[in-house]
Amino acid sequence: MASVTYDHVVKRYTADLTVVKDFNVEIKDKEFMVLVGPSGCGKSTALRMLAGLEAISEGEIRIGDRVVNNVAAKDRDIAMVFQSYALYPHMSVYDNMAFPLQMQHMKKDDIDKRVKNASRILGLDNFLKRKPRALSGGQRQRVALGRAIVRSPKVFLLDEPLSNLDAKLRGQTRIELQKLHRDLETTFIYVTHDQVEAMTMGDRIAIMNAGILQQVGTPGEIYDHPANLFVAGFIGSPTMNFVPATVDNGTAKASGLEVTLPKPVGATKGTLGFRPEAVTDRVVDGGPSMQMKVDVVERLGSDQFLYGQVGSDQVTARVDPRMKVDPGDTVRLGLDTRSMHFFDAESEKALI
Amino acid sequence: MDFSVLLTDLPTLVVVIIGVPLVLAAYIVGGEYLVRRLPDKSRPAVRPWIWVAPALVLVTGFLVAPAIGTVFQSFQDKNGVFIGFQNFAAQLAGFPTGGAWIAIRNNLFWLIFYTLFVLAFGLLLAVLFDRVPYESVVKSLIFMPMAISSVALVVIWKFMYAYQPPGQPQTGTLNFILNTVFHQDPRTWIQDETPLLGLFPLNDLALIGAAVWGIVGFSLVILSAALKGIPGDLLEAARVDGAGEITIFRRVIFPLMMPTVVVVGTTLVIFALKAFDVVYAMTNGNYNTDVLANRMYQLLYNSHDFGGASAVAVILLLTVIPVLIFNLRQFRAVEARR
Ligand SMILES: Nc1ncnc2c1ncn2[C@@H]1O[C@H](COP(=O)(O)OP(=O)(O)OP(=O)(O)O)[C@@H](O)[C@H]1O
Ligand SMILES: [Mg+2]
Repeated sequence: MASVTYDHVVKRYTADLTVVKDFNVEIKDKEFMVLVGPSGCGKSTALRMLAGLEAISEGEIRIGDRVVNNVAAKDRDIAMVFQSYALYPHMSVYDNMAFPLQMQHMKKDDIDKRVKNASRILGLDNFLKRKPRALSGGQRQRVALGRAIVRSPKVFLLDEPLSNLDAKLRGQTRIELQKLHRDLETTFIYVTHDQVEAMTMGDRIAIMNAGILQQVGTPGEIYDHPANLFVAGFIGSPTMNFVPATVDNGTAKASGLEVTLPKPVGATKGTLGFRPEAVTDRVVDGGPSMQMKVDVVERLGSDQFLYGQVGSDQVTARVDPRMKVDPGDTVRLGLDTRSMHFFDAESEKALI
Repeated sequence: MDFSVLLTDLPTLVVVIIGVPLVLAAYIVGGEYLVRRLPDKSRPAVRPWIWVAPALVLVTGFLVAPAIGTVFQSFQDKNGVFIGFQNFAAQLAGFPTGGAWIAIRNNLFWLIFYTLFVLAFGLLLAVLFDRVPYESVVKSLIFMPMAISSVALVVIWKFMYAYQPPGQPQTGTLNFILNTVFHQDPRTWIQDETPLLGLFPLNDLALIGAAVWGIVGFSLVILSAALKGIPGDLLEAARVDGAGEITIFRRVIFPLMMPTVVVVGTTLVIFALKAFDVVYAMTNGNYNTDVLANRMYQLLYNSHDFGGASAVAVILLLTVIPVLIFNLRQFRAVEARR
């Protein structure tokens, strides 16, 4: 149980290969923090620096009040679940979970108690004598979790622990992990490239791109107020609509629509952003509207997505599933102005 | 060059180059033809035998038959008369210094020290070199002696062990070091039977040392491959779990390398039991450094004691076979884990 602070942390492999740049985050005690970003953006590297598996090139990482830059991995009191699970193949499930406790020279009875307790929580009671080789992917994943939770570590690190599971098991485990976090009352740092995992599990989310931290916030904040074009496009599925626009007198003009901005933006050119759910079949009198030439209709039962052209721009709309539309049709759609974003053309920062 | 030999032997040449493959092809085609005639059910049972048969014939003719012949010979005297266990009795008489006992004792030393040193050095070097730059260059250097003929190896080590009386400049590397660094009298490394720890003669160990130098690259390369086969994240997991580097080696790396260590170890045991070349070239078994294989050679070519030589061969065979079986089993176990 401890907070974790990244203070101007940099990771450099060679002089001109910097994979984590000026990374600053404060993760609160007992928080579930998700680190998310596209593949290769430096998430694992950031996590591995905290675990002590990678040297820190610049800056400081603190666990609680203790600077850990020069503390060996084995002395950091951190537990980590690897994407590959990294179970010891020559040890039984029991010994895999007992190993970190043996490293602490804990008494045999206490080890036994803790391992039994963890295996009960994770439903591994019947597998304790087996070798990892004789387990399914999901069971191995539990053992990896078990090996981490037996220790009651200060911080719990998980590097894409669900990516080797099938969709159903992933959904279940996601819920179990959240429960585990509540029961253990420990700081969790969870790395993923899956935005659904990030949105559903995190107390807060830190979004990275190309080694740079883009935004930190609750899932709601990030969804409703993305700090820049990248975050806006990364979170949400289908992705937010982006149309180039010019601003004149508080009104943004795109190729096929016109909308009065709720706030002045102080720029004349930029990108107008709005989520698919803001484009609906309800056209409000006097409100903004657009003509869409529909290319693709996607019916999901509860939702219906239309992909098509508005002016010269590609736009996605989420409409009532009962609306009858066929590809090739031209439909009139309304726009909800309450969730409007505008990004600066140069800096790509959100102005609204 | 005179090619007329080739011409006179032309028929033989034709038979070898064309005839043998032809016979083999005919055998395969004919065998397959016969198998197809069989009822469906018995085909799977018969077909493998058609394919193994040539190999079986070769092994029987060139390996099993001579081995059985040797066993027979070990019960016969020079004139081919059956004399029961007399050859064995002669070899095993006069414990602890008569008959083959010195050789048996020395083979035991070889078995222990050769195996142990080669494994230990191989493991140590594999672990040390795992993280150095230019690893492959360093490993190739250590592997180099494997490419040298044993006789050349002995020549090199004779320089290492060379002896000049005290007071004269020492040409041998070891004696030079002994003299200049430790200010001690030179030793006759390959004649000096002084037992170390009251048990292990110095010259035996000197011979074993030379052989170890020649083979350590073999164990290094295989053990190093096994070490590389251990996934890096296992070691990282162990580190995060709170294990120090020595504990990681003891609890994670070594157990995972164990099957390979056992295979290399048993192979070395077999090499140790068969040890011949270094002893033959260095001392020819003198100064009580004899080993069974060299004794067998001496009995055969110097004493023309076929019965005695065969008896030694049989003793050697009987000790090697269990190790061989164990080795094969272990090897299969390693393969099965992949
Ligand atoms: N040892 C190394 N030497 C040089 N570059 C490296 C090294 N390790 C990683 N990198 C680079 O650092 C960048 C970040 O890697 P990292 O593993 O942190 O990505 P990630 O965000 O975890 O991606 P993923 O989602 O695919 O796991 C990558 O571009 C990678 O190529
Ligand atoms: Mg990663």
